[in-house]
Amino acid sequence: MPARFGLGIGTVVVCLLAASAAAAQTPAAPVNDDCLACHGDSTATRATGTSVAVAADVLGKSAHGTIACISCHADLAKTTEWPHPEKLQSVSCGTCHEDEGTNYDDSVHGRAVAKSGLAVAPRCSTCHGTHNIQRPAHSDSTVHRTKIAGTCTTCHSGIEPLYAKSVHAQPLGPQHSAAAVCSDCHTAHRIQRSDTDRWRLSVIEECGTCHLKRISSYRDNFHGQRTALGSARTATCSDCHEHHVILPASNPASTVSPQNLVNTCRKCHVQASEAFVKYDPHADKHDATRSAPMYWTNRLMQGLLFGVFAFFGVHTLLWFPRSYKARREQRAAVAAGTDTPS
Amino acid sequence: MTPGERHITRFKPYQRLMHLMLFTSFLALATTGLPLLFSHQAWALTWARLLGGIQAAGIVHRLFAALLLLLFAFHLVELAWRLIVRKEHGLLWGPTSMVPQPRDAMQFWQHIRWFVGRGDRPRFDRYAYWEKFDYWAVFWGMLIIGGSGLLLWFPQFFSTVLPGWIYNVALVLHGEEALLAIGFIFTIHFFNSHFRPEKFPMDMVMFTGHVTESELRRERPAEYERLVAEGTLERHLTPPAPAWLSKIGSVVGALAVTLGLGLLAFIIAGTFYE
Repeated sequence: MPARFGLGIGTVVVCLLAASAAAAQTPAAPVNDDCLACHGDSTATRATGTSVAVAADVLGKSAHGTIACISCHADLAKTTEWPHPEKLQSVSCGTCHEDEGTNYDDSVHGRAVAKSGLAVAPRCSTCHGTHNIQRPAHSDSTVHRTKIAGTCTTCHSGIEPLYAKSVHAQPLGPQHSAAAVCSDCHTAHRIQRSDTDRWRLSVIEECGTCHLKRISSYRDNFHGQRTALGSARTATCSDCHEHHVILPASNPASTVSPQNLVNTCRKCHVQASEAFVKYDPHADKHDATRSAPMYWTNRLMQGLLFGVFAFFGVHTLLWFPRSYKARREQRAAVAAGTDTPS
Repeated sequence: MTPGERHITRFKPYQRLMHLMLFTSFLALATTGLPLLFSHQAWALTWARLLGGIQAAGIVHRLFAALLLLLFAFHLVELAWRLIVRKEHGLLWGPTSMVPQPRDAMQFWQHIRWFVGRGDRPRFDRYAYWEKFDYWAVFWGMLIIGGSGLLLWFPQFFSTVLPGWIYNVALVLHGEEALLAIGFIFTIHFFNSHFRPEKFPMDMVMFTGHVTESELRRERPAEYERLVAEGTLERHLTPPAPAWLSKIGSVVGALAVTLGLGLLAFIIAGTFYE
């Protein structure tokens, strides 16, 4: 400890000399080399002993490798006093990443920081890292598809074992990543509380970005029609299929397996029976195999509609000119005085 | 109308009241039901919000459904009363019956021939074939839409005896039959009864209850001659409706027709512009 402290003092002295020399010549903002003169030392610490070291090679290889330190640590651009005060303003990523910043501010994470003052709530760097930041497509990124579940479950550790069981955790996605990772459903920056109506209704569309046929059949049936019109008191995808432990119906443990269907429907329809659950919330009136009675009903009704409108359409088209003529004949008769009561 | 003309009752007050309540609940059911049927259209969400949300719309829909079912039940009781107690067997057959008869098929054919200038106008009696069609279409619609609606209203109750896929069928039946009913009323019925040139813009008989003698003679010669031959025409004479009733009838009728055509525009847009 004393040796380390000594090193720290030494570093500060060197920095002080270098900075004052620079300030004496031109009062310009510090360039990255100025910063690294102190922070490049891997043993650099604050007075409290916590590290303030920045590895120049890690920063260089990061997505921000060519960006000036003062782009993010903006208050240092105007600092004239060196070494700078220990307490700096927090970095505002939204200055450059405007959309992400706005979305984050409106998210459950952003609100937790700004409104609830929750110290443990994640800031940008909690998920993305700091000087080692990488683009999401980079395999070293903490938010790469293969790493994102690990990043989120650092805090949401209770979700990890549930998600691991789900069909979404299977390596079916791009680059052998999971079929669906956290951000595929929850979005990256607009993450909402899962118990709000807004989230319940909007997540349906997230499911629908992959499950195209299922969202279409859902929207054609009662539950999906109601949720499309803003009713949150109606079953959404996760009400039947669960959220993190999503399993295929063929798995007996699934909430939509034949064994569990009655109990799942009873969450809303308390008197649901075996007969009741023969209802198909994803029935497709155009699919004669999956939904035969519905398919034939639809065909029959369309035939009836066509028949009635074709028949009476022609009837009306024929009637119109004749009725027009009759109106004129009648007017003429009244004018001539031949249409008086007998 | 010629001054000094005699007026003959065609519809009694309770029949006009039934028609008023029928079209009021019909319009309310169409207004509250259509957003669900066209839920994939952007305007449906705005529509549902204007109704106070789809839940509120659902409650109003069920209230008017109950009213309409009550009207239907009342009509059935009335028919049974007239048939069994008052022994009006004319309800089942004859010139004043709603039951389709061979004469209707012949008059239909004659009417088509008259349309194309190949014969005289058929001599209609009290109810012409298109009016009987209207009546039975409502009757059929009540069974199909009312029945499927009740299934969808109480699914847990009915699933004690029916399999769940019946609700998939019921949803399609309810929606398609509703489209048929709404489309038919707002085009064919409106034309046959109100918009055709001889009646345009509106036939007031369902509001005032009476027609003029010359109109009856011209439109329903068989009925007119039958009443004269029976010597019962005088019994059907009535003073003309007061001016306020005609005015209210015009306003209510115009509102109903406008609302109906408005709904029709949305149906056409929703059906053909996916």
